[in-house]
Order: sequence, then C-alpha cells, then structure tokens
Amino acid sequence: MASIPSTRTRSLRPATREAIYGYAMASPWLLGFAVFTVFPMVAALVLSFFRIDFLTETQFIGLSWWDSVFSDRIVRKAFYNTGVYVVAVVPLNTVLALMIAVLLNQGIAGQSIWRTIYYLPSVVSGVAVSLLWQWLYHPEVGLINSMLYRIGIQGPRWIYSEEWAMPAVVIMTLWGAGAAMLIYLAGLRDIPTSLYEAAEIDGAGPVRRFFRITLPMLSPTIFFNVIMNIIAAWQVFTQAFVMTDGGPNNATLTMVLHIYRTAFENFYFGYASAQAWHCLLSLWFSY
Amino acid sequence: MAIARDIQVGAQPRERLQSKRTASLLRLIPVYIAVVFGAIIFAIPFYWMIRTAVMPTWQIYVFPPDWIPAEIKLDNFLIPFKIFPFGTWFLNTIFVSTAATLGATASSACVGFSFARLRFPFRDTLFVIVLATMMLPQQVRLVPTYLLFSKLGWVNTWLPLIVPQCLAPAFFVFMLRQFFMSIPVEIDEAAFIDGCSPLTLFWRIHLPLSIPALGVVAIFEFRGMWGDFMNPLIYIRKVKLFTLALGLKLFQGNMTVRMQGLMAASLMSILPLIIMFFIAQRSFIQGIVISGVKG
Repeated sequence: MASIPSTRTRSLRPATREAIYGYAMASPWLLGFAVFTVFPMVAALVLSFFRIDFLTETQFIGLSWWDSVFSDRIVRKAFYNTGVYVVAVVPLNTVLALMIAVLLNQGIAGQSIWRTIYYLPSVVSGVAVSLLWQWLYHPEVGLINSMLYRIGIQGPRWIYSEEWAMPAVVIMTLWGAGAAMLIYLAGLRDIPTSLYEAAEIDGAGPVRRFFRITLPMLSPTIFFNVIMNIIAAWQVFTQAFVMTDGGPNNATLTMVLHIYRTAFENFYFGYASAQAWHCLLSLWFSY
Repeated sequence: MAIARDIQVGAQPRERLQSKRTASLLRLIPVYIAVVFGAIIFAIPFYWMIRTAVMPTWQIYVFPPDWIPAEIKLDNFLIPFKIFPFGTWFLNTIFVSTAATLGATASSACVGFSFARLRFPFRDTLFVIVLATMMLPQQVRLVPTYLLFSKLGWVNTWLPLIVPQCLAPAFFVFMLRQFFMSIPVEIDEAAFIDGCSPLTLFWRIHLPLSIPALGVVAIFEFRGMWGDFMNPLIYIRKVKLFTLALGLKLFQGNMTVRMQGLMAASLMSILPLIIMFFIAQRSFIQGIVISGVKG
C-alpha cells in the first residue's frame, strides 16, 4: 500500500499507524469474539464441572455431569433424535433443492415466478411457520390428513404420534428448501453451456451429462452448503419447542431443546454446559 | 438461379429446426408439469394459512375441511390485538430488529474493511478464526452468555438481543470483506496520495461504493432478528417487552380453540418479511447467492 502521509502523527511509522487503525476498526469483532465466543466456551467448560444453580451452594463435582451425559437416557435420546434429524434433513434438502434448481434451469417460461414460489417459504421462519404446520398436521381437520383422506389413506397422527413426529418435523423443514435451491440455481447458471454442447456432440444423454458435468461443477457449492446445513440442523430448536414441545414422549427432543430445559427450566447450569460441550464435540467428531 | 438454389438449400434446415423446436417443447412438458405440481405443493400451506385466518369460527373444525371460507371475516385480524398487546409486540420487534440491523451492518462494514484493506499483525490468522467462528454452533455459548447478562442486569431488557449483533457477526464480516476486496486498490492509493486517513477512506469512499452489499447484510440481519425465538425466550420475561416470536408462542397456549386468531396473528407477523422480500427481491437473491456460491 502507498505510504500514508501523516501530519500530526509524524512520529509513528506508517506501518504502525496502519496497524493501529486496523486493530481499531476490527475492534468490534475482536471484542465480540473475546466476550461472546472465547469467554463463553471456556466458561461453559469450567461450569460443566460444577453443580451450580444459584439457588443452592455451588459444588465442584468433577466429571459427574460428563458421566451423566453419556448415561442419561434422555440426553442420549436427544442426541439420537438430533442425529436422525440431521441425517434426514441434510441429504433430502440438498437433493430436493438440486432437483428443483435443475428443473427451473431448463429454460421454462415465467422462471422468476416459480423461483419466488419455491423460495418464499424459506423467507419466513420461526414460530409462525411452526404454528402453521402444527395446524396442517392436525390429525382430523389438518390439510395433510384431509388430502390423504380424499385419496383414501388414513393419515397418521403426525406430531401426536411417536413414530411420525420426527418425520413431520423433517417434512416441515424441507418446505424451506428454496434457499438452497436458489444457490444451486445460481451455480447452475455459471456452468458454461459449451460443456453441455460438447458432451451432447459426443453422444452423452441427459443423465450422463448431469452426473459428469453438472454435479462435478457444482460440487464446491454443494459441499459448502451441506456443511452449513449440517451445522444449522444440529442446532434445531424452535420447531421442536413450538410444534411438538419435544414430544410425544421425547420423540422430537433435540439437543438444544434439552439443553434449554436443563438450564432454564431445571436450573442445572453445569449439566447444561456439559451437554452443550458434548453437542459441540460430537459435531466436530463427525468430521 | 441463385434464388432457386437458396430455396432448395433452405428447405432442409428449416425442417430440422421445426422438428427440433417440437422436440424441445415436448421435452419441456414433463418439466412444466413437475414445476407446476411442486409449486402448488409449496404454495398450499400459505393458502391454508390465509384461508384459516379469514374463516368464521364454526367452519374451522368442520370435517372434511372446506377449502373456501364461507365468508371472509376480516375482523379475525383484530382478535390478536384484543387479547394481547399485539401492536406493542409488533413495535418491539420492529425496534429490536432495526437496532440490531443498524449495529450489525455498521460494525461488520468497519471490521470487514479492516480485514480487507488494512494491514496489521496476525490479520490473516484472525480472519481464519472469523471463518471458524462462522461454523460454531451456538449451544455452547448459551448458558455462560446468559449468566453474563444476568450479572450485568440485562435480563428482561432488549440489550442481550441487540448488543451481540453490534459486535460484527462473523458471517457479515466475511461477506463484506470479500466485497471490499473487490474494490480496486488504485482508489485506495489515489486517496492516500491525497492525504486520506484509513477512516476517511472508509467513510468517504468504500462505504458509499458498498451500499448494495450493505443492503444485503441489512436484509439478512433484519430477517434473522425478526424471527429469532430462542434469544427472546431466554431473556425476556415481561409480556409488554415480548417480540412477535415470543408473543405468538404465548398465543399458542391460549388460542388453540380459536385457530383463526392464531393464523391471523401468524400471518400478520410474517407479512412484513414477505413484503420486504418482494421489495428487495434482487438483494435477497443476491445475498443468498453470494453466501452460498462463494463457499
């Protein structure tokens, strides 16, 4: 960088001056990082060795909570449920988004309209969506079961049944596949058509073209998105809390939901911290 | 003679073109069917929400359910306001979201600029850490952050919701740094020759150039804050201070008998986001693309 002329701070070398500016302007992040990332992570680790609830006396109990994390049936259920959710949602979401993106990329008319329709569900999120789907899943008068009824199928009790609750949550999440779809659509546009034309001349059919050109060209994008999806899916909370409240019988209890309950309903801050660290480690481990 | 020759030669390519056109049209028919079918499936929940919201009470639990409301009861939309301080919740959410958006955009721009254009020791290592933070799930920070805010006495205020956003969320730092790096260095050099300090460079030159990117950041942050549920859940106790997300949950407990009120409330709470999307569609889409394809 060209040297910075200085009038008042002639005593400082330009490089030092730039470094000061650099740190100064980066300070919001540095502060945030220290206070809201490093400190909580370390503190959570420390807390996980204590029985602390601010109502009774704080006690050091060593690895007691960690022992519970691995033996507590409910924590293990939460871990299992979260794992099932991630394993179901991420691939399905990716495949669905890719399929829609490929379809929309075929050069059909009214593309921006279709794109909007598919993308709109992912614009809205959170409680409203969970409430809507809770209503859609109503076993008697919900949209889903009434449509199944019309084609002669007796629909399951969805969020009120142990086996169908998690699939119900998964399906609801897939409604938001539009966000990934948009990303893949943009990625598809970036693939030069000359590649496809050359392949066509060489006699490659559409399926072959997809697997030999489209997928490899998209793979960095897909890879990045899959990772971000995994991280996001690991933290699923709102749907479980609002739509199913972790039930029935903990069928949709997710790790974050259980951490929340342990900390804020039962005040076992130490135990919650141990669970949180366990959650984090298991995420890292799966790499 | 030349004309005759042209006519003869011209006949064949046109035929080929015609059949190719028909072929591609035929090929597209299944695509159209799939796209329309899928679009209907994706759009139906929205319709169901609207239909439930405007239905008269007696029709909601009719079985099999009707698709068309017998009458459009627009005063269902008043139900949330009558039972709860819904208007207050709306204003609260607007305030919190806007404050967080301003803070996040400003701080991320500052930090992003610093990483993009200024040189300081450990800069690149720190940036790698920024990227790593992007991948950090939030559970681990939950309890200690709460305890910290509790000690500060910030529980039951909006500060825990807003302040962390003002400290440059990593994702936006990443996004804006990439953007600032795309601005030609010659501009910087010209500015320095004219005696510009980095701060002035940022304020007078880079910032105005980056308004589209800032717009993307703002939209994303606003949207994230609008629907955020867990943080208000943990920190806000007073009903008057609730955001829409929390308020809707409170609704749920009280209103399962009056589903039309619940759907009306839900609809009203997502409407601003939908409107915002339609107005700023290009920015939305651009933002998604930048965040996903760049990876």
